[in-house]
Order: sequence, then C-alpha cells, then structure tokens
Amino acid sequence: MAVLGSPLRTLRALLRELRQASGGAGRPYRDTPAYRHILAAFRNHRVTSEKLCRAQQELHFQAATYLCLLRSVREHAALHQEYHGKGERSPEEVAGLVGFRLPQQPGGKG
Amino acid sequence: LLRGRFPLVCLPRPPPVAAGSGPVGPGGGRTYAPPAERKRFYQNVSISQGEGGYEINLDHRKLKTPQAKLFTVPTEALAIAVATEWDSQKDTIKFYTMHLTTLCNTALDNPTQRNKMQLIRAAVKFLDTDTICYRVEEPAALAELQKNEWDPIVAWAEKRYNVTIGSSTSILGPNISASTKETFISHLASYNMWALQGIEYVITQLKSLILSMGLIDRHITVEKAVLLSRLEEEYQIQRWGNVEWAHDYDLCELRARAAAGTLFVHLCSESSSVKHKLLQD
Repeated sequence: MAVLGSPLRTLRALLRELRQASGGAGRPYRDTPAYRHILAAFRNHRVTSEKLCRAQQELHFQAATYLCLLRSVREHAALHQEYHGKGERSPEEVAGLVGFRLPQQPGGKG
Repeated sequence: LLRGRFPLVCLPRPPPVAAGSGPVGPGGGRTYAPPAERKRFYQNVSISQGEGGYEINLDHRKLKTPQAKLFTVPTEALAIAVATEWDSQKDTIKFYTMHLTTLCNTALDNPTQRNKMQLIRAAVKFLDTDTICYRVEEPAALAELQKNEWDPIVAWAEKRYNVTIGSSTSILGPNISASTKETFISHLASYNMWALQGIEYVITQLKSLILSMGLIDRHITVEKAVLLSRLEEEYQIQRWGNVEWAHDYDLCELRARAAAGTLFVHLCSESSSVKHKLLQD
C-alpha cells in the first residue's frame, strides 16, 4: 500500500491549499463546497474500529492525491508566472537592450 | 463563427490587425488560436443536479464543453472538484491549469472518437515500451538505480496481475506475451468509459502502464509515481544540478497532470457508500 503518513497532516495541508486556492468573489474558503465536502468525508470515516479500514485508506489516498494536485498546480502556475509569464518584449525594449532607439518617423511608419 | 475553447459566450471579435501581420489561414482568412487565458467573467461558481448528472454554473450560465455540449459529470465529488478549479481562478482564467475540467471535456466530447476497445488497446500498447521495463546498460550507476527502484514495481505488478513482464536492455524493449496483454485488456475492460479516459491519460503522461496501474491500485503515491517516471531526469539532476525554470516546471506539471488523472479515475469509478459497521464488533 502507498506510504501516506498521518491522515490529519494530509487533511490540514489540504485545507490550507484550499484556503490559498480560493480566489473567488470574496467568499470565505470555509463556505465552499469543497471544504465542506472534504471535512464531511473525513468525519464520516473517522468512526471505525478497524485499524486497516479499506474505505479509510481509499479516502486518505484520494485526499493525498487531491492535495498533490492543488499543490502542484499552484507551484506550476507560480513558476510559469516567474519564468514564462512575461511575454515578448516590445520593439522599443529590444532596441534598448543593445543601446539603440527606434527612429521617430513623422506620419508613422511608411 | 469563432470557436473559442469554452464557447459559453461568443468571444468578441479581436480588434483588426494591421495588414501583413498575424497568421493567415487557408483562403486568406485569419485563424486565431484560442486564448490560453481569459478574464474571469463570473462571480459565483455553483453546482446543481440535472438529468444527465451534475452541472457547473458560472453565475447563471451553465458550463458547456468545447463542442458546446452541456457539461455534466457523473458524481458530486467530481463536480465539486471541477467547480473548485473554476472558483480558484483569479483575474484571468488559466485554462492550462484546469486539468480536471479538461479531462471532463475529453470524456464528454471524445474528440479522438475512440470507442472503449480502442482506448483499452491504446493503453495496453504502452506496455511494449513501458518506461520501467526499458533499461540502460550504462552508466552503471543509472542501471543500478533503475534496478533498485523499478524492479520492485515490476514485481508488484507481476504478482498482483499474475503475469510475467520482466525488463530488457534491448533496443526493442521488453517482450510482452499475448496472455499478459490479454490480462490487462480484460482488467481495463472492467472500468467505465470515463475512468478509461483518465487511465489512458495517466499512462500517456507517465509513459508507463505499470506505474499508472500502481497509482490506480493505490500501491504508490502520485509523487512516487512521478519520481519513478522521471528517474533518469532525477539521476541527471543529481549529477549535473537542477534548473528551476525547466526541471521544477516540468516536475510540477507532470505531478499536476498525474494527480488530476488519478483523482479523475477514482472519482468516476467510486461508489460513495459508507458501509456502516455494526456496533457490536
């Protein structure tokens, strides 16, 4: 079985990711369907006398997978923004890189 | 008619471009790629249950697929996850980060128009060139690493599915017997069409059927599967150093896609019934 660690840790990290992800119309992240669904799912599966409850493991794996998804998407978007998000330079900027200036042509370019 | 990627609303015609610039399509007309980003145009995201399944509402508008079908998903959990993707967009909608939405669109539109058997065969075909069966002979350190990291997973798959797979250093790759392929074909046939789209997606991303089955069967985590898929890259990074804007970028993207695919498969094939154990145990 996959090595997952403590479910509590996964849950906390997952809720933290949800808080970071909620960029919506100012609604508090605790109000979102995702937050409520995840908490409800964890609560439902808490009560079990079995140490190796299969449904519990399935839920934990799903939560860990979702956590990985949210985290990776956020990190990927951050990397994209930092390294690939600037777009192209304008002709003026390109000219400026080597110390030139574009000529001012009255009446626009020919 | 301009077809954007998410044509809920007709995209406004882009402002006319100066003559001579911009890509020109056949017949002299201009073709535009759909924008990779778009301004967020909705306030609230919510889900509702319709006849065909769960639907996503952006304000009062219902989300549609790129082929203008109504966007419906079979389970509530998946709908919530998709809604969360839409809700986490800030000023601009970054479509390339919305992997679950993309997977749902693929399942609904089936743009490659493949039936179940074609999908299964495409998936099983990967076994012939499965990453973890395809070994190097040198450098010795890498060969050793592959043996130590990949052999246990191959052994797990052989035991779990009662097949022989093995590994190979030949350029032709491993020799997979027909009965092994048949086993996997009939195993995959037990999944529904949606889940199969997800499985084939994960296999294509990880370049390995075995690693994907390891994920689907919850034998390894996404992080571990991605690490094993990128074993050679990781080896080179250890030797020569890490380049954040390339290595980390690719790593995060692969993790996101593999995680999305795996979650998609599980959310499409689950039966969300909590079995209540009897109190006297």
